[in-house]
Amino acid sequence: MIRFLIARLSQAILVLFIMSYVIYGLMGLMPGDPIDLMISSTPDMTSEDAARLKALYGLDKPLTERYFNWLGAAFDGDLGYSRLRSMPVLDALLPALGNTAVLVGVSFFLTLLLAIPIGIYGALHPYSKTDYGINLFAFVGVSIPSFWQALLLIMVFAVLLGWLPAGGTDIGGEGGAWGGLIYLILPIANLTINGVGGHTRYMRASMIETMRQDFIRTARAKGIGRKRVVFKHALRNALMPVITIIALDFGNLFSGALITETIFAYPGMGKLIFEAVMGNDFNLALVALLFATFFTLLGNFLADVAYAELDPRIRLGGKSR
Amino acid sequence: MKDPNPILAVRNLEISFPGNGGMLPLVSELSLDLQRGRTLGLVGESGCGKTLTSLSILGLTPAPGQVTGGEILYAGTNLVNKSERELDKYRGDRIAMIFQEPMTALNPVFTVGSQIAEVLIVHRGFSNAVAWDKVVQMLDRVGIPDAAKRAHAYPHQLSGGMRQRAMIAMAMVTEPDVLIADEPTTALDVTIQAQILDLMLEMQAALGTAILFITHDLGVVSELADDIAVMYAGKVVETGPARQVLSTPQHPYTRALIETLPASAKPGSRLPTIEGMVPDLATLPTGCRFADRCNRVLDDCRMAQPELESAGDNQLAACFHLGAGQ
Amino acid sequence: MTHTVLEARNLKRHFISHHGLINRTTQCVQAVDDVSLELKAGETLALVGESGCGKSTLARCLTLLDKPTAGEILINGEKPKNDLKQYCRNVQMIFQDPYASLNPRLPVGVIIAEPLVIHKIGSKQERRNKVLELLDVVGLRRSDINRYPHQFSGGQRQRISIARALALNPAVIIADEPVSALDVSIQSQILNLFKELQEEFNLAYLFISHDMAVVHYFADRVAVMYLGSIVEEGVTEKTLINPLHPYTRALIDAAPLISKVKRKHGDALKGDPPSPLDPPSGCRFHPRCSYAIEACRSQRPKLEGSGGHKVACSLSDSLHLTPRRRLEGGWA
Repeated sequence: MIRFLIARLSQAILVLFIMSYVIYGLMGLMPGDPIDLMISSTPDMTSEDAARLKALYGLDKPLTERYFNWLGAAFDGDLGYSRLRSMPVLDALLPALGNTAVLVGVSFFLTLLLAIPIGIYGALHPYSKTDYGINLFAFVGVSIPSFWQALLLIMVFAVLLGWLPAGGTDIGGEGGAWGGLIYLILPIANLTINGVGGHTRYMRASMIETMRQDFIRTARAKGIGRKRVVFKHALRNALMPVITIIALDFGNLFSGALITETIFAYPGMGKLIFEAVMGNDFNLALVALLFATFFTLLGNFLADVAYAELDPRIRLGGKSR
Repeated sequence: MKDPNPILAVRNLEISFPGNGGMLPLVSELSLDLQRGRTLGLVGESGCGKTLTSLSILGLTPAPGQVTGGEILYAGTNLVNKSERELDKYRGDRIAMIFQEPMTALNPVFTVGSQIAEVLIVHRGFSNAVAWDKVVQMLDRVGIPDAAKRAHAYPHQLSGGMRQRAMIAMAMVTEPDVLIADEPTTALDVTIQAQILDLMLEMQAALGTAILFITHDLGVVSELADDIAVMYAGKVVETGPARQVLSTPQHPYTRALIETLPASAKPGSRLPTIEGMVPDLATLPTGCRFADRCNRVLDDCRMAQPELESAGDNQLAACFHLGAGQ
Repeated sequence: MTHTVLEARNLKRHFISHHGLINRTTQCVQAVDDVSLELKAGETLALVGESGCGKSTLARCLTLLDKPTAGEILINGEKPKNDLKQYCRNVQMIFQDPYASLNPRLPVGVIIAEPLVIHKIGSKQERRNKVLELLDVVGLRRSDINRYPHQFSGGQRQRISIARALALNPAVIIADEPVSALDVSIQSQILNLFKELQEEFNLAYLFISHDMAVVHYFADRVAVMYLGSIVEEGVTEKTLINPLHPYTRALIDAAPLISKVKRKHGDALKGDPPSPLDPPSGCRFHPRCSYAIEACRSQRPKLEGSGGHKVACSLSDSLHLTPRRRLEGGWA
C-alpha cells in the first residue's frame, strides 16, 4: 500500500505543477494586463510611463519566461505582491483562507452530523412515511441552486425577520464571541442545506445496498443482535463508498463556497478569487487558484487513503492462497 | 430407532408473499421432523420453496414475505411470532445456519477469526482472549492448516473450501443442537465438496447435531442424509428414509426426477425429461400441483390436492395413485 | 470417416504480472501449459477439471478470444488466417451462465440474427427466416422472436444461446459448462437437444464440465485437466471405468451419484487445488496424491499411452486404480 500512496502523491505533485502553468497561461491570455487597467483609470499616464511600468513588472517578457521567473521566486518563498490589495499575496490570502476554513469546516461537520444518522434511519425504515419525508427534503436540498437559496435565506431571516445580518463579518471584533458567530449562521446554513441533501442520499443508498448483502443475513443468523448487525457489520461496509465521496467533496468545498461567500459578502477564499480574477490581480489570483487546486488534490488523496485503509481487499491485495 | 421427540419439528408451515391482491402462499402445509444426530435432506428444484423454508426457521424470511401459518417447534417451543430479540437467543447458539456462497456470506472487512469469536462473545460472554483461543481450536478442528495464523486472515485471502470450513467452524463453535445447511457445497469444486461433506459427517458424529441439509443434488442427499423430504411447488410430496425413497420412489415427481439424471441413463440414449414447467404459484389450478407434468395423471388428480399418506415402510407420498405403474 | 475439425498443438498461454516499483518481481502464471487435443466431426470431447485448471482459458484460446503464447490451432487442417470473423464461422461458443450471457436489451430475434448481420449473410427476409428456423430447431416458439431474455427461464435462455451459436452453421461448438446452472429436469432437455443437433449437423463439441455423470453420459472422449495440463485422455467408457491417473479417480469418486450407502468419511481427496501462481515442482499433482514417491517431486511426467488412452503419471504401469463405484446405471 505504501507503494500505492507514493505513486498517488507523486501524481498529485505533478498535477500541481501542471496546473500552475495552465493557470498562469490562462491568466496571461486574458485580455488586458494590470497596466492597461491603470492606463484607463489614470488618463495622464504617458505611454513611456506605461512602457516603463511594464518593464518594471516584467510584463513585456514572453509568457513562458515569466512563468519560470514566477516559479523560481515561489520556491524562494516569494509568492508575489497583490496589486489590488497592496500587500504581499500571502498576507492577503491567509486570513481569507482562515475564514473559508471556518465556514467550510463547520458546515461540513454539521452536514455529516445530520446526513449520516438521517441516511441510516431512512435505510432502516425504507418507504415509511418518515423515509419519504427524508427523501423529499434531500431532493429539495440538492436541487435548489445555491445562490437562489442564499438569497431566500437573506430575504427571510435578514429582511423579513431581521434576526440575522445579511452579510459581511464582524470587523474589528466588537461583538465578542456571539458577534462574530452571528455572521456565520446564514452562510453555514446555506452550505449545509445543500450538503445534507446530497450526503443523506448517498448514506441511505449505500446502507440499503449493504443491508441486502449475504453477510448481513449471516450476521443475523448468528443471533448477535440487531444493534451489532446494523452498526458493526452493515455500517462499516456502507461507510466505505460514502467516505470516499466525502473526501472528494471536501476538496471541492473550497471552491464551491465561492457563490455563498460572494452573496453573503463573506471575506473568504471564494470571494478573494472572484475579485482577483475580475480585477486582473494576476499574482493573487494565481496563488489563490493554486491553493484551491491543492485542496482538491488533498481531498482526492485522502479519499484514496481512506478507502485503502478501510477495505482490507485493497489494503492487502489479492489472495494469499 | 427414531427418537419420538424431534429436536426441531415444523408443523403445517405456510409462508406467504404479497401478490394477487392479497397474500400468496409460496410454501404450504409443510411439516418436517429433525431428529438428534440425524440428517434430513430437503430436496427440490429452484423455486420449490426449500430455501424459504430453511430461512423461516430462524425467522429470516426475506421481506416482504411472512410466515402466515403453522408452527416451528424447537424442543417444544414455538419460534413463530417470537420477537427478533427472543429469536437472537436461539440463533447462532442453539440453531445455526450456513449458506451457499462462502465468499459473500462472510463480512469482507473483518477477519475470519473475529467473526467467529463474535458468536462466542455474544452467546457465551467470553472475553476476547478466551474467545480467540477457542476460535483457533475450532479452525484447527475443521481442518484449516496453520489455524492460529489463518484466524487473522480476511475472507478474500482464503480459498473457497477454506471459507466454507470457516463458516462451519462459525456455526459449530457453540455446539448447536440444529445445523441448517443451505446448499453449502453447490458453489464448490467437486473434490472440495467431498471434503466438506466428510467434515459435516464428522462433526455430526462428534457433537450429535441434527442437520437440515438443503440441496437440489440427489447424489449428495443420498450420500449424506438419513431421511429425505422432496419438495415441489411449495409442498412436500414425499418423505422417508433417504436411500429407500431414492431406490423406490413412490411419488411420480420423485421418480421422474431420478429418471432424468444422466447417471440413470445409458450413455448416448435419449434422456427422459419432465415436460412443461413448474406452475406459477399465482395461478395454481385446483388439484395436484404436479398434474400437468405427470405421466400418470388421471381425472381425479385435478379435483383435489393429495395429502401425504403412507406408501411403504416409513415412507409418505402425496399422490392419489400410489403403487400404480411402478 | 470422421475427420479432425479442430486441432490444438502444444498450446500454451502464460500470463505475466509485475509487482513492485523497487525490486520488481515478475510472476508467470501458466494457465494453459502445453495442451494438445483433437476434435472430430460428430464427436464430443469432454474437458473435465476444477477451478483454476485452465479450462476456461483454453476455451477462450480455441475460440481465438485470447491469443495463445505458443503452439498452434488448426481448423480443418489449416492455420486460421488472421481473421477472427472467418474463424467464427467455424467455431462458436456457448457459455455457462444463461442469465449473464445474453444482452438484456436486445430482443431474442436480434440476438440470434446478429452473427448473420455481422457476416452480411442473406437479405433481411432471409435472415428472419433463418431465425425462425433456428427457433424451431431449439424448441422455442416462433412467437418468441420479439421477446426479451428476462422473459425466459434459464433453460430457455440456453436454447437461445444455442440458436445463436448455430446461426452460422459452425463445425465446432465449444460449450463451457452449459448445463451446470440449470435445474436437473431442464438439464436433461438441453442435453437431449445437444445430442439431436450433433446428429443432425454433424457437430464437433468440446464439452467443458465438472460433472462426471454428465460426461459419462454424453461424451465420446474425455480429457482431464489439472493446473494447466492434461493428465489423462481417452475414450469415456474406458477412462471412467479404469482411470489411469489418481486425479481422475478422485474426480470419479467425488461425483455425487445416488448411492446405496451413506458416505463414510475419509474418502475425499486431500488438500486444496494448488495456486497456478506457485505450482508444485515435478508432477503438479504430487502434493495431493496418495501414491506419490520421491521421483514424483522432481520429474514431470509426459502425457503418453497407447490405444488412444493417454496418461501423465510416472507410476501408471504399477497402479491399479478402481473407482469406488461405477458411474452408470444410476446406482453406485
